[in-house]
Amino acid sequence: MANQTLNWSAIDADPRFKALHAKKTAFLWGLMAFSCVYYFLLPIGAGYFPDLYKVKVWGPINVGLLFALSQFIVAWGIAWYYTRRATQFDAMADDIARDAYRIGVKK
Amino acid sequence: MTATKKLLIGGLGTLVLFGAAPAFAQAVAAQYTYLTFAVFGAIIALTMYVTYIAAKRTKTTADFYAAASSVTGLQNGWAIAGDYLSAASFLGIAGLISLYGYDGFMYSVGWLVAYITVLLVIAEPCRNIGKYTVGDILAFRNNPKVVKMFMAISTITVSTFYLTAQMVGGGVLVKTLIGIDYEVSVAAVGILMMAYVIFGGMIATTWVQIIKAVLLVTASILMVILVWAPYGFSLPGYLGDVIKDPKVQGQVARLLGDASKNMTPAELGQRFLEPGLLLKNPIDQISLGMALVLGTAGMPHILMRFFTVPTAQQARKSVIWAMAIIGGFYVLTLFLGTGAAMKVGAARITEIDRGGNMAGPLLAQYLGGGADSLLGNLFLAFVAAVAFATIVAVVAGLVLAAASAMSHDIWVGVIKGDKATGEEELRAARICSVIVGAMAITIGILAKGQNVAHLVALAFAVASSANLPVVLLTLYWKRCNTGGVVAGLVVGTLAAIALVLVSPNMTYPLQVKAAQEKVIKAQDDRLAKLNADLPMLTDAAAIETAKKGIAAAEKAKAAAEATIKGLGGATTSMVGLEKPLFELRNPGLISIPLGFLAVFLGSLLYRDRRAEEMWDELYVRSNTGIGRAAATAH
Repeated sequence: MANQTLNWSAIDADPRFKALHAKKTAFLWGLMAFSCVYYFLLPIGAGYFPDLYKVKVWGPINVGLLFALSQFIVAWGIAWYYTRRATQFDAMADDIARDAYRIGVKK
Repeated sequence: MTATKKLLIGGLGTLVLFGAAPAFAQAVAAQYTYLTFAVFGAIIALTMYVTYIAAKRTKTTADFYAAASSVTGLQNGWAIAGDYLSAASFLGIAGLISLYGYDGFMYSVGWLVAYITVLLVIAEPCRNIGKYTVGDILAFRNNPKVVKMFMAISTITVSTFYLTAQMVGGGVLVKTLIGIDYEVSVAAVGILMMAYVIFGGMIATTWVQIIKAVLLVTASILMVILVWAPYGFSLPGYLGDVIKDPKVQGQVARLLGDASKNMTPAELGQRFLEPGLLLKNPIDQISLGMALVLGTAGMPHILMRFFTVPTAQQARKSVIWAMAIIGGFYVLTLFLGTGAAMKVGAARITEIDRGGNMAGPLLAQYLGGGADSLLGNLFLAFVAAVAFATIVAVVAGLVLAAASAMSHDIWVGVIKGDKATGEEELRAARICSVIVGAMAITIGILAKGQNVAHLVALAFAVASSANLPVVLLTLYWKRCNTGGVVAGLVVGTLAAIALVLVSPNMTYPLQVKAAQEKVIKAQDDRLAKLNADLPMLTDAAAIETAKKGIAAAEKAKAAAEATIKGLGGATTSMVGLEKPLFELRNPGLISIPLGFLAVFLGSLLYRDRRAEEMWDELYVRSNTGIGRAAATAH
């Protein structure tokens, strides 16, 4: 198998991998935290601020309904935003993968 | 002579009524069931053809478990939607919206948001690290035999809970739709699903799920166009009409009871679009939300779908497509639900199914031209067949996940010590599919008439409290090891099950009895009043209404008495409680932190050199896809 010749700890310690790890970690968990907060605001608002949800905005459409619909838009927005950023991560990962067999091997 | 004649006509009338009664108990009238069977037949023929093609291509274990990782992102996105959108979401959420308005729609949101977790932190690493099962992911850096054994048990547990809910729900559904016996429909669902899985493995399962998702989305779009087009696709115009409808206003008044006495009809209608008609406990909502958001990413049958694509990029693309399809579908259910509330009405919907599951099918019947029209019944038949395909596709995914855990993790991984030939493993996988399928049919038939709604909550609770913490921390926490995985799986599973067993989900005979006695008393009062008023009425129409009221009250009273009788002498729930110990229906709020805590503590208390040594390799692989074990034939 080819992976026996790979030096995993050296790749892990490679500055390019460190950079990928740092960028990706901050981005993913930040986005994850934002999406959770935005989602849990919906049941919390419905439970504790029902009067706010009842405010009519557009004909019979109220704040609560708009907020619930916005959840779909936000979820799709997160997916779209993530895909855009992920192509950058892909490029960084490809760069590392291309050199994988050279990293950590004594010349 | 006239008296006899009257009696005769009356008798005949009653006979006709009785004759027609069974037709009312099912959604499709008896004379139109042939339509349903025709559409069912067409869908079954199509899926069987797909299975035939798939069976010819299923030659290795990679084909059977993971469709040789040759599924594209777009195809997998549709398959995930088909795997995920169960009858509960198709019929259940539309039903909840039709009965409870806003709360039903709010309930649907979490089912989409769940995919953000899958997209951001689960799908791509799983593709890069895993091969055929969730056990493979854990075995990468932990003790393979131990974690495979525990993960397989957890996979089978979660899948069985979900499977039982689907089988029982499906059996009831098919019976409600077309009136065939419960046992027959459970067996039919089971045999079909076994045929797909055993002969066609993952390839057939994938295509059955794609076909089902396409049918489901097509049917929903068609219905939404029909119901929304008359308003020029204006949202305020459409909803304005929904809340003006007396049936909608009446349903709100019924739900609110005394609280609605001083409300105008316009206020009642508007109330339908406001929160609080169904979901009373926000803490329970948050708990459910946690189970959905973290549980979906821990569902073995969903995770397994990521082994069917070749790369992490395709895995990502699958989730994006799945989110577009699933989210779009839930937006459509807003129209299906409110449309059914306005066009069909809560009274008619609950007459056929108390949970509201028939809202969608009945709306289809209405939109096609009504209960007496051929087109209306054809449309209803189509929607009923889609519901049937929905059950079969979800069940096939679950059976494949459980069977793979049994054959790949337990039999090959643990018992044979990873020393089985491809042919042996393929045979084992098929035998395990037969075992799981037969088990699903048996449990489905044994659980007839049982309250299975809590089983879906339980499946998500276990997936979010046991599976997700161990998968997530194996992938992202360096110190995680075999001790943590075992502790997390055991504690998460037991905590979730224990909390559900003592929760309000179970049936508490004393509470049921008290509630039914209240109903009996209310109906007695109503009967007394109606019977007292009856002799004083002179207007024929008023007498007719009063008589109808008496009949309805007597019927309700009889139903309540039957329920009490059905309890027998029982005074405690399944685990011997008179009332729930734990007030939440969804245990996630407590059991998820417990699961995570167990992984942390277990990992810290256990020394596992291999887990630490393998970390660099796992983390590099998971982030770069280097050395990915694409499921190709050995």
